[in-house]
Amino acid sequence: MELLLGTGNYLVFFLTIVSVYALLALGLNVQWGYTGILNIGIAAFFAVGAYTSALLTAPATAQPPGLGLPVAVGMLAAMPIAGILALGIGLITLNLRSDYLAIASIGIAEIVRLFLKNEEWLTNGVRGMAGIPRPFAGVEVFGWNAGGALYLGLGAIIVATVFIALQILYRAPWGRALRAIRDREVAAEAMGKNVLWFRLQSFVLGSAVMGLAGAVYAHFVGFISPEAFAPLFATFIVWVMLIAGGSGSNLGAIVGALAIWAVWSVTELLGRIPEEPIAGFGALRVFLIGLLLQVILLLRPQGIIPEPRE
Amino acid sequence: MAASVLDITDLHGGYSGGADILRGVSLSVGAGEIVVIIGPNGAGKSTVMRAVFGLARVRSGRIRLRGEDITGLPADKVVRRGVCYVPQVANIFASLTVDENLDMGAFIRRRGIAEAKEKIYRRFPPLDKLRQAPAGQLSGGQRQMVALGRALMLEPELLLLDEPTAGLSPKYMDEIFNIVDEIGAAGLSVLMVEQNARQALAMADRGYILATGKNRLSDSGRNLLANPEVGRMFLGGEGEGDGHDMQNDGGVVKGGGRDSEDDGGDVKNRDSHG
Amino acid sequence: MTVATLKTVTPMVELAQLLIYGVVLGSIIALGAIGVSLTFGVLRFANFAHGDYMTVGAYLVLPFYAVLQLPMFAAVLIAIAGTALMAVTIDRLLFERLRQAGPLVLLISSFGVGLMLRSVVQMVWGPRTLVYESGIDLPLRLGALRIKPDHLTIIGGALLLVLTVHLLLTRTRIGKAMRAMSDSPELARVSGINTAQVILFTWVAGAALAATAGFFLALDTTLLPGMGWFFLLPVFAAAILGGIGRPYGAIIGGYVIGITAEFSTLFISAAYKPAVAFAIMVAILILRPTGILRGN
Repeated sequence: MELLLGTGNYLVFFLTIVSVYALLALGLNVQWGYTGILNIGIAAFFAVGAYTSALLTAPATAQPPGLGLPVAVGMLAAMPIAGILALGIGLITLNLRSDYLAIASIGIAEIVRLFLKNEEWLTNGVRGMAGIPRPFAGVEVFGWNAGGALYLGLGAIIVATVFIALQILYRAPWGRALRAIRDREVAAEAMGKNVLWFRLQSFVLGSAVMGLAGAVYAHFVGFISPEAFAPLFATFIVWVMLIAGGSGSNLGAIVGALAIWAVWSVTELLGRIPEEPIAGFGALRVFLIGLLLQVILLLRPQGIIPEPRE
Repeated sequence: MAASVLDITDLHGGYSGGADILRGVSLSVGAGEIVVIIGPNGAGKSTVMRAVFGLARVRSGRIRLRGEDITGLPADKVVRRGVCYVPQVANIFASLTVDENLDMGAFIRRRGIAEAKEKIYRRFPPLDKLRQAPAGQLSGGQRQMVALGRALMLEPELLLLDEPTAGLSPKYMDEIFNIVDEIGAAGLSVLMVEQNARQALAMADRGYILATGKNRLSDSGRNLLANPEVGRMFLGGEGEGDGHDMQNDGGVVKGGGRDSEDDGGDVKNRDSHG
Repeated sequence: MTVATLKTVTPMVELAQLLIYGVVLGSIIALGAIGVSLTFGVLRFANFAHGDYMTVGAYLVLPFYAVLQLPMFAAVLIAIAGTALMAVTIDRLLFERLRQAGPLVLLISSFGVGLMLRSVVQMVWGPRTLVYESGIDLPLRLGALRIKPDHLTIIGGALLLVLTVHLLLTRTRIGKAMRAMSDSPELARVSGINTAQVILFTWVAGAALAATAGFFLALDTTLLPGMGWFFLLPVFAAAILGGIGRPYGAIIGGYVIGITAEFSTLFISAAYKPAVAFAIMVAILILRPTGILRGN
């Protein structure tokens, strides 16, 4: 019974993290999969969403003090704030070549990281923000602590909602215009479509979804610090997830998040088997996940669930 | 007709991801001959040349050089067999000096580079004073000389020229035609795509007219000039922009994204002329 | 490095001192940026692993210098050769096969390669800070100015390399071919230029410069697995500032960013120094997206 509960709790934890990554991968899919925009600064939008929601919802007694607003407000506000950041950077770089945007997005992530570390009055610096409200925490159902499961339910509903919304957009003329831009920019221009405007919309929308992912993450763990938004976990793994799942496919983004996080978690469990922790094991896992990306790019660039062909 | 240097038979192909641009082109160039290809935009003229250099995808058909099959051979191997090519656009290295452009023309050559360069400078006297100037800063006519000079550095047996007079003033146009004439007189074989059909046919040994990726007519340059049908379709007006209404027999061949010089804008032209 | 430590000296000396630091930083950035510019020009893709090539170069000096006790110069040469070999191998195994897929896929792949290299460095040398040798680099006095010998090595070494690159690009057949391929890859091919050979040479040159830049960076500061990754932003900012694909522009860009970053500490918190490169890059992207020397 004990083991069963432990496994159940682990599964809930695992799937909640997958929900956060699914949102990140869906956001990236709008940018890269739909439109071909290279965002290497996912961490920035993820972090801004998390901190926004945390600051709006944390109680006034927390360090740093929050505004004590409902969690729903925080989650909804995370999207436009991350979107505004994307709008600013997009206006500067989206009419340039895609590789310039990639570099600029690294720069934005770097500045956000420096800001979170150094502006202690707002973010409490490297010590991080604690006391972020966790919905359903401590709720018991027949004596079983159901808080985690309930929050997972909320996460799943959010993922499903975003997924359905993005599916509708993908099939709509808007989505078709984005793909036209991705596949042959010149032709789209000739068709009279305002390429910059469409790219901007896609970049902002994707970043808003990433901001939402940040909020879902913040209210899941209840504590955030700049460490949580390092490029490895907040940017790189999301890319591997989308490429593995299938760029351009929303279902692929979700499946990729599940598959890659499963691989990542299993390798972590393997590391716990020996008595003595293996030196450099964490680095080895990172190496292997990088290798996995290369193998996918070489052997199955369309991913597990390829983008549907029209 | 002398023994052929280049033989193209029933070529079909285009660019990956696009529909075929070439739909059955056959042509040959004899030793020492100047052969001109004319035809409306979108006819596949440039694509034929690019196919010889392995820059367009050949789906079927054969390209032979002195009888040897070179279909699909990569560009640098084609060069080593004595064929040089001057593309229509981006045909100079803009940030390199004139002298360095000539060096690059002779990249596969190990000796005699200095002598070959002096020969080029004698042939194109205006370049002599511009040796150290970045080629990108030259005038259109001078650039075309650099482009020709680069291609001549290897003293090739066969020279492919894609619209060498495009966008040039009449003075430079005449000069380029004179040079091509001289090159031909010196025994080189030349295959040239030209928009200025009248002048080109006048100096050509033979001409081919392509339309929608197929052979339409071929004859000696003189006969084509005298042919009333050709006259009506290609030589009616003066200069560029004429002859676009030839394509009554088929739709515009829409090429892959790279064939801009071949198919760019001809839809509009055809509508206004036809 | 901060203003506080220089409070006792006159403003002029203080500025001159900052200028020296700026030139040191600029030298390192410039070397990295030339490499980025070369590979971008010839291969048409932004190699996001370039910063980690710097890291590998810096760490490869360690076993030969600190363990085998070879002279520093020899150890650096071996590290350069090792990094070049690595760059060529990665190209053969990976980038060459992905070239068909386009520059953006290559960029993503290189992002992954960088991460893999970082983890290899961490596995071999551990995650903590290392130095080539402990002890204090006593500064030389030049009037009121103080210059560390290491800084002279860096400035002098960078000048020497910049000159070498210049001679390579303008005087050698392969160097001219590299510039030709940057101008127009297709014309290079139809001219008979052996593009595979040019690509190989470009990796060797770019990686050699990266390794040297990494070594200088470690000499000036410390060795850390993430050192090159954090340097990627200023390096790319310099390359873009100079006009990407234009190695001479990258040199200018490197010094502009290095010097500006040091002088910025007079006005803003030193904590934000890394952001200065980004600010300059954003400014240039708005004002003149092709860079100082009109890149491709």
